[in-house]
Amino acid sequence: MALELYRIDDRLIHGQVVVGWGQPLDLRFIVLVDDEVASSDWEQELYRMGVPADMDVYFDHVDDAVHNLERYQQDSRSGLLLTGDIDTMTRLVDATGAIGNVNLGGIHHRQGRTQRLRYVFLTRDEEGQLRALAERGVSVSAQDVPAARPIPLAEMLDGEGHR
Amino acid sequence: MSDPRAIVAGHGAFAEGMLSAIEQITGRSDVFLGVTNSDLSTRDVEQLMRKRIEASGAQVVFTDLPAGSCTMAARRIQRDRPDVSVVTGVNLAALLDFVFGSDAGAADAVQHAAKKGREALAVTGVPRGA
Repeated sequence: MALELYRIDDRLIHGQVVVGWGQPLDLRFIVLVDDEVASSDWEQELYRMGVPADMDVYFDHVDDAVHNLERYQQDSRSGLLLTGDIDTMTRLVDATGAIGNVNLGGIHHRQGRTQRLRYVFLTRDEEGQLRALAERGVSVSAQDVPAARPIPLAEMLDGEGHR
Repeated sequence: MSDPRAIVAGHGAFAEGMLSAIEQITGRSDVFLGVTNSDLSTRDVEQLMRKRIEASGAQVVFTDLPAGSCTMAARRIQRDRPDVSVVTGVNLAALLDFVFGSDAGAADAVQHAAKKGREALAVTGVPRGA
């Protein structure tokens, strides 16, 4: 139980998270870590609307998530922690030292990014951040849905991308 | 033929499939515009949907899943376009009803289509081992 997946996905809560992972993992709570969303009642209402009634959503600022992470990890229910970008996940990893796996679920096209997978586009800096996470012992892999093969970071960054 | 009156938006080829079915059943391909969220960020889905709404004048968005990014995008658009209605969990029966009901006005047609869509969802028979 506890936190089953630490996911980076710029769409935050959406179909793949709630249904694609939610059903097989029997998710009962999502921790959405995003300073902007945690400061906006409207954004929170929007995301809560898309979640089934039997699934809790906790909206945390990064600092709050650092403080609360141990409690989430000890929760008897199955949960998923979600950030919208690599920066936020890196801050959580650095501040807690308690995250061993990171899932790349969706980092989409933006100027300056190179396509690495159908659903992963990265700048040079972002690649460096992910490599740094891996060097600190965090297992980083890309996997949009449970039925897909997890693609390890090294394999994903090997070559020129556009796959 | 007339301007599209609604957007159909969803995962993968959901909209394409729905529009294909509607065309086959009614011969009408002018009522809806399709949007897919495939491989798009939330921001890009919103931009695409906003363009389709503004270009067509559509005031209704039908989406496939309450938690989907198309629904999120449509709800964001409603912030500055409160005249836009969003219907989530749409099915073919609801869309077919809208095809024939929307000539008179979108507001009533949306409610009527949602009712038809709910009524069309039915279970018959019992699976073995149940």
